[in-house]
Amino acid sequence: MTRYLLLRILEIIPTTAGVLLLTFTLFHVVPGSPAEVVLGKNATAESLALFDTKYGYDKPLLSGNWAASRALARGAVIAPNGTVPLSFPPGAGVWRLTGRSSEKWAVFVRVVLRHSISGERETRRVDAVAGRTCGPDWSACITIPEGAVAEAITVEGAAGAAVRIARRTAHLFDSQLFHFLGGLLRGDLGESSDLGRPVGAVLREGVGPSLALTVPILVGGTVLAVLFGLWCALCRGGTADRSVLAVSTLLMSVNYVIWVLAGQFVLAYKLRLFPIWGFEHWTYLALPVVIGIASGLGRDIRFCRAAILDEVDKPYVRTALAKGLSMQRVMFRHVLRNSLIPIITYVSLSVPFLFTGSLLLESFFGIPGLGNVSLNAVHSKDMSVVRAVVVIGALLYQGVNLLADLSYAWLDPRVRLR
Amino acid sequence: MSGGTKSVGQRLWARRDARWSLIVVGIYLAAAIWGECVYRISRQADRTPAYNRVDETQRYLPPAPLRWGRGEPAYPGVSAWAYPLGSDNLGRDVLARVIQGVRIAFHVGIITSLIALPLGVILGCLGGYFGGRTDSVVNWLCATVASMPGLLFILAVALVVGPGLAGLYFGIGLTTWVGVCRNVRAETIKHRDRAYVQAAQVLGYSHARILFRHILPNVLHIVLICFSLRFPSAVATEVFVSFLGIGVQGEPSWGVMINNARLRLWQGVWWEMTFVSVAIFALVMSFNQLADALRDELDPALRTGA
Repeated sequence: MTRYLLLRILEIIPTTAGVLLLTFTLFHVVPGSPAEVVLGKNATAESLALFDTKYGYDKPLLSGNWAASRALARGAVIAPNGTVPLSFPPGAGVWRLTGRSSEKWAVFVRVVLRHSISGERETRRVDAVAGRTCGPDWSACITIPEGAVAEAITVEGAAGAAVRIARRTAHLFDSQLFHFLGGLLRGDLGESSDLGRPVGAVLREGVGPSLALTVPILVGGTVLAVLFGLWCALCRGGTADRSVLAVSTLLMSVNYVIWVLAGQFVLAYKLRLFPIWGFEHWTYLALPVVIGIASGLGRDIRFCRAAILDEVDKPYVRTALAKGLSMQRVMFRHVLRNSLIPIITYVSLSVPFLFTGSLLLESFFGIPGLGNVSLNAVHSKDMSVVRAVVVIGALLYQGVNLLADLSYAWLDPRVRLR
Repeated sequence: MSGGTKSVGQRLWARRDARWSLIVVGIYLAAAIWGECVYRISRQADRTPAYNRVDETQRYLPPAPLRWGRGEPAYPGVSAWAYPLGSDNLGRDVLARVIQGVRIAFHVGIITSLIALPLGVILGCLGGYFGGRTDSVVNWLCATVASMPGLLFILAVALVVGPGLAGLYFGIGLTTWVGVCRNVRAETIKHRDRAYVQAAQVLGYSHARILFRHILPNVLHIVLICFSLRFPSAVATEVFVSFLGIGVQGEPSWGVMINNARLRLWQGVWWEMTFVSVAIFALVMSFNQLADALRDELDPALRTGA
């Protein structure tokens, strides 16, 4: 038992690592430049760089001492008079200018610094050193003091050559990956670019309304599905069974979007049975809960029916019936208890999504839950919020799965002995 | 399994529910091909296709049968058979747009399957056949992807890749292979120690040959069932994502149409919404029926027990 528990707990380490890696890849590696995704292709280099700095996208991806900067456009070339075409003046820090000289002799770099407080200018000369290959490659380190910007950089002896600029990071692991992981460890999920508030606070506010919506849906849906499943199993193959099965296939085939729109239109607008929109009183939750239950009911009934029918065929049921126990008693005391194991597994898989809420129901009925928050975030390309909800959803899934497995070990002796 | 000598198609055709589903899916397939032709031809000729042709004078026309007998003055200049399913807010033909929606739905169903099925089948076969460390890696991949919060993850992929069909294909395709992989893996494990596999091993065939020539044909029915199960769910997801405005752009996908129609629904323009809903419902329903029938015929272990 202890061994099983330990192994099971150890198993979540690689999966959690996988989840974090996948999220990191999706949000940091795939988009290339999140700033361009959010601000658009026509944003100025300076606003892109400000965005990058604010959300930590200006760091190297995995690790490294130098981070690429937008101060120089890709493929920038030194002008004939030696001017480096800066997109915006680089601020305080250590910068490295690298390039390849067109001529053989030494390269001199001249930096015009402007102190922002006093406004005075100063020119510094930096010697470029030959690169590792001792060829025409050269690099120059420019240190810009606090409170100053490099207004202009000129390079002598390398006109017409390509040049790149990079910023020195604080340390080797000052990277996006470690920034992301460290933030998660500290519980700091970053700042929402749309709302301008910490993501953690936004999510905390959304959890309550989401739970108020999803918990009744889950409980109501499960109870109804189990009852219908039992009923089907009791009159297996009969008219009731077949009609319930047919109706649940019908329910299953109605698109979720249609459930929400038609439910709101018919029940709330036409028949005026429910309030249409808002989150003020429990009656506002009634219609979304009904729609949520109805949209999942078909699938749930079919699952419960199959799980219960699986048990009905087992020999112990025949034995119990042969002993003269009533059908009701066998169904409720014996079959139901055993078929609850797969049903609980099935239900437990949807527990993590209780927290992340329902995307469409919440936004259509004006419930300020996490589903609403995430949908708005997707629309406004608010990467930090979407990333946070995805990560939290995935981690919750791991946790709930672990709990479910541990509870089997506790409930079902066969698992313990394995 | 009744009638072991009959092919799957014949056995399906013999079932009443499956026959109807096959007919409906066939009609949809024809509509999808027709829609594709219309799309290609109008793009080739560089003119606005019928489903995108805006006619400001013919806005909000009800379906054709409702216009009959109302006299000319109400609907001047519209022939009795034009706009059989009515027109939308820009005077576009709803029927033509619904057919284009079929085209998009089939694109999504097929292309996401082309991403998800090979991925799931190959990983499932490898994990099930080799076991050990390979299996652990496959299980790890499955567990990782399965823990991602479904729809939101697809939305995130679509957001990162950019709006349009490509994001949708990748989003749906790369998140839904896990079910395929798990089923194929379980089935491969059943076959791994069978006599015919051992015989092939004794004959010295390579692993690749045993896996793909001997075992794979025996687990292909799982792939067929998975395809029929994930096709309708891919279509439903596409409707959802396009409805949110993140999926299809500029083409009349069902989701886009529903989003267009939902505001006018409150003003009594019910036809666009209704016909799109019915179109989605009939397609998804017949695929669900077909999946049930296929499962009953091909995989007695998974039988729903009807």
